[in-house]
Amino acid sequence: MPTLHMVNKSPFEDNALQSCLGHVLKGDAVLLIEDGVYGALAGSAVAGMLGQQNGAVSLYALGPDLAARGLSEKPLLGGVDVIDYGGFVDLVTTLDRSQSWL
Amino acid sequence: MVMDEGPLEGSVTKRFLYVNRRAPYGTIYALESLEVVLIGAAFEQEVTLAFLDDGVFQLTKGQDTGAIGVKNFSPAYRALGDYDVTNFYVEAESLGERGLTLDDLQQITYEDEDDDWKEKPSIRVVSRRELAAIMAEQDVILSF
Repeated sequence: MPTLHMVNKSPFEDNALQSCLGHVLKGDAVLLIEDGVYGALAGSAVAGMLGQQNGAVSLYALGPDLAARGLSEKPLLGGVDVIDYGGFVDLVTTLDRSQSWL
Repeated sequence: MVMDEGPLEGSVTKRFLYVNRRAPYGTIYALESLEVVLIGAAFEQEVTLAFLDDGVFQLTKGQDTGAIGVKNFSPAYRALGDYDVTNFYVEAESLGERGLTLDDLQQITYEDEDDDWKEKPSIRVVSRRELAAIMAEQDVILSF
C-alpha cells in the first residue's frame, strides 16, 4: 500500500522534506516539485537527508521545475529520477494514495 | 436537504486523514483545516486528525486571542466529538521537540455510545513511527 509523498518547499527554508522523510515507509515514493526540487541537488547541506533513504523509497524530481530554475544541467543526488508531467500522473495513478507535505 | 441518520444512500465512506503541521494564528491553515474537518464529518466520512510539527501548537490549552483581534477557534476541537470525530493523534516527537507534554494540551473527550456513553479522551500521543503507519491506512490524506 505505498504512498506518494510530494514536497513543494525548499528544504533550506522549511522542514517539509525533513518531516516527510521522517514518515516515509519502505516502498513509498517521494516526488520533489516546485521549490522542493532544490532538495535534489547534489552536494548541498541537506543532501544527506535524502541520501539516507538508501533505496528504501523511490526518489523523483519534476523536470519542468528543475528547468524553470536553471537546474537541468546541475548534478543531482544519486538515486533521484527526473520525471515529466506524464511521469507525475503515472505515480499518482500507480500508488495507493498521495500526501502533500505543504 | 434532509439529513437522515446513517450514511446517505449510495454514498461511499472513506478514511480521511487531516494532517496538521502549522501553528494556529500565524497562517490560516489551522482554521481552514478545522472547517474542512467539519465538512468531512458532515458527509459522514471516517475522519482522523493528525497533529505534528508546529501543528501540535493548535491544541495547547489556555489560548486567548482577545488582544490580537482574531477568533480563538481552539474550543471548537472540543466539540468535534459530537460529530463523531474522536481520533486525534498527536506526535510525541513533535511535542518533545517543542518542550511540550500532553499536560500542555487541552482535554478533548467524546462520549462513547458503544460503552454506555462513557467519557473518553480523544487525544492519543503516538510515536512518529506509529503515525507513519496510521497515514498508510488512509484512503485520502488532506494536508494543512
